[in-house]
Amino acid sequence: MEPIIKMENIVKRFPLVCANDHVNFEVKKGEIHCLLGENGAGKTTLMNILYGLYGCDEGKIFIRGEEVYFKGPSDAIKKGIGMVHQHFMLIPVFTITENLILGAEPVKGPSLDIKKAEEEITALSQKYQLNIDPQAYVMDISVGMQQRAEILKLLYRGADIMIFDEPTAILTPQKVKELYKIMNFLKENGHTIIFITHKLKEVMDISDRVTVLRDGKVVDTVETSTTNPSKLARMMVGREVLFRVEKPKKKIGKAVLEMENVFAKNQRGLPALQELNLKVSEGEIVGIAGIDGNGQKELTEILTGLRKVDNGKIVINGKDLTNRETREFFTVGRIAYIPEDRLLRGLILDFPLYENFILGLQDNKPFAKGVFLDFIKAKEFSQELVHKFDIRGSNIESLANTLSGGNQQKIVVARELQRDPKLIIASQPTRGLDVGATEFVHQQIIKQSNEGKAILLISLELSEIMNLSDRIIVIYEGKFRGEFNAQSASEEEIGLMMAGGGVS
Amino acid sequence: MKMEKSNLQQIIFKNKGAFSFIKAFIAIILALILGAIILLLMGNNPIEAYSALVQGAFGSKRCFAETLLSTTPLMFGGLAFALAYRCGLFNIGVEGQIAMGGMAAAFLGYSLTGLPPIIHLPIVLIGAALMGAVWGIGPGFLKARFGVHEVISTIMLNYIAFKITGYMVSVKGPMKSLVDEMPASPRILSSAKIIRIWKGTRLHWGILIAIILAVVVYYILFKTRLGYKIRAVGKNSFAAETVGINVPRHFVIAMMLSGLLGGLAGGVEICGVHYRLLAAFSPGYGFDSIAVALLGMLHPFGIIFSAFLFGILRSGAILMQAMAGVSKDMVQVISAIIIFFMGMSEPLGKYFTERFMRNKDGNIRKDI
Repeated sequence: MEPIIKMENIVKRFPLVCANDHVNFEVKKGEIHCLLGENGAGKTTLMNILYGLYGCDEGKIFIRGEEVYFKGPSDAIKKGIGMVHQHFMLIPVFTITENLILGAEPVKGPSLDIKKAEEEITALSQKYQLNIDPQAYVMDISVGMQQRAEILKLLYRGADIMIFDEPTAILTPQKVKELYKIMNFLKENGHTIIFITHKLKEVMDISDRVTVLRDGKVVDTVETSTTNPSKLARMMVGREVLFRVEKPKKKIGKAVLEMENVFAKNQRGLPALQELNLKVSEGEIVGIAGIDGNGQKELTEILTGLRKVDNGKIVINGKDLTNRETREFFTVGRIAYIPEDRLLRGLILDFPLYENFILGLQDNKPFAKGVFLDFIKAKEFSQELVHKFDIRGSNIESLANTLSGGNQQKIVVARELQRDPKLIIASQPTRGLDVGATEFVHQQIIKQSNEGKAILLISLELSEIMNLSDRIIVIYEGKFRGEFNAQSASEEEIGLMMAGGGVS
Repeated sequence: MKMEKSNLQQIIFKNKGAFSFIKAFIAIILALILGAIILLLMGNNPIEAYSALVQGAFGSKRCFAETLLSTTPLMFGGLAFALAYRCGLFNIGVEGQIAMGGMAAAFLGYSLTGLPPIIHLPIVLIGAALMGAVWGIGPGFLKARFGVHEVISTIMLNYIAFKITGYMVSVKGPMKSLVDEMPASPRILSSAKIIRIWKGTRLHWGILIAIILAVVVYYILFKTRLGYKIRAVGKNSFAAETVGINVPRHFVIAMMLSGLLGGLAGGVEICGVHYRLLAAFSPGYGFDSIAVALLGMLHPFGIIFSAFLFGILRSGAILMQAMAGVSKDMVQVISAIIIFFMGMSEPLGKYFTERFMRNKDGNIRKDI
């Protein structure tokens, strides 16, 4: 059968890299085709070419056997191609209907025919079981529904080839299942789906075929049923990947972090954390498992002095730091903090790398020299860390926003671990990272733990918590619900408690 | 040919600093062209007008001195605005800080007697700087403590400053001179005057102080821990706060330093030019300094040049009015157009560089 999409010998060069190097890519009609690769492997570039956002330096594109030249996304949309981007393109103060009709507004005489649009959208939503309220404002709806609204937008515009750019990155495990259902339903209705991901599990779960990219080249295209995760990982990374992290027996030392009966409120003044008691000792990794929005954000904030506690006591490194300044958590408490949102809290994107490497260290030796900052030392230090942590893609003079997500996260991890901390607070340290970078971060955490550091790991990925932690604590609606020994705990048990069930 | 182009692309990519300088230059040229068109439409001869402008700014020793004379407060003001802006604050209050600094300088200048110049002048200038700093700390503190937007509070403080200085030299004002008819304070003692640098002109040492301060501000911003933290807060206050930088404190510090420079501008004007406090002695230097700072790319060294440019426009305007019959306001129109093109230079520059940086298939090189 003629493939619905055929991309032949696609070459795309950026100044420092060749993002796509003679890529051949074919998708059959009505399949879910995964595009697998690490960050920076060229997946998104390839799809941006298909979607008309970029042109290519060499190569040809055929849609339904016909050669096409896209000047922009509008040409691609005309050919029935649609894309759900990682970051949604919805206007928060508009309703879903208003968002969907934007650019193709139905009119009745001189006025907008919202009624008609709403009816059409409701009908589509029902047909594809998307369960969307067309009158809801985007700012009021959940991330999952926003994503479904994006899918609906493609359907409304008549797209039958859909590109999903890492759609699961923002979803909870339950929501991922719902998305799978929708994708399968779309497939049954004759739509073709290209699914960009770097998660092996997702490839195995949903796809019919998978194309693996590495360093801008296609490694292979295979039937999903004929492969397995470790084969895929090897294709993707180019070497064997350890899924199980080796954890030697360690000595547990004295307590570094102690929380006693801590209460705190969230941004809106509502109780976010209640009766928290926690002890993390030297050499111990304590994992906080939970579904997003159950107080994890507030927990990291009170442990870094960014949020005040209403009641209770926080002792770190033997010092009472309750409601003290953030600076003291670092200087007195000797913490290191890997924030979940590296773009917002971890880095200054408009600063060059060497200024990012010393962020927070600027008042410490050897960088502080009286009132001056020793930028020569800062550059030496940065060069050293770039080398040690294998941060690629740029030199230390270039701005942080020129790096890929994985390398940005490496900067944050490198900088924080370099503090020689007593306590490491790692909040979703591998969010958005590919297999290689994730493996690296995990190894670093284990290494630090072996060196006797206390580690609090907060993550939405249960597998990550199960893999790394010694003890696992479940957080649900701002309370610690239960504690498990990582050796003996089962995923089902923990999962149930994360959802609010189980023993309390 | 293709090779040459990609080489040039690399050069542009590597020399973004120099490139932004070229961008500013292009903005000025475009503004002058558009200004010429407007002059034509108004029935003036643009060549005549521009040559009068140039003559007015450079035509004689006295003209050139006047150009440098108005460059001085603009340089101080530009530095003041840039310093706050680097911390993410939009200090519209430079004009008020100039007024208050000038008031303090005049008062200390005539009321402290019996001091040698080597002591008197520094006291006067420090007093002016401190007064400006006080005028800057206010909005900084309100922002840090209560989240009051600095644009609102600095605008309001401008009015307060104008009214206070106006009152001081009004008929029954406490600083009103008993000898003069006009609303002015008594003259400052000669021990408080900044001596002149160029015989036969009004140009004084203030310009040198301004240039030295530009270097000092450069060092503060780019070589010290404080400057690093100010820039970090300005670029991403969330990241700054996360690593333990006290964001509100740096708001206060940046506004204080900004006000300090503004106050000093006022002090230097009083001690170097007017020798007494006049109501509204600053003809909008504080507001122009916003444009100076932006045209100077918020960089102290850029500000030296942009202040000079605005100095040229200011002093050239007088002759342009006299010789070519063009209203002085026209110069303000031209400077406004320059600012407009500067604002446009981001999107415009991006448009043209992107076009240039495209490969033959129309791809943009993303690293620009």
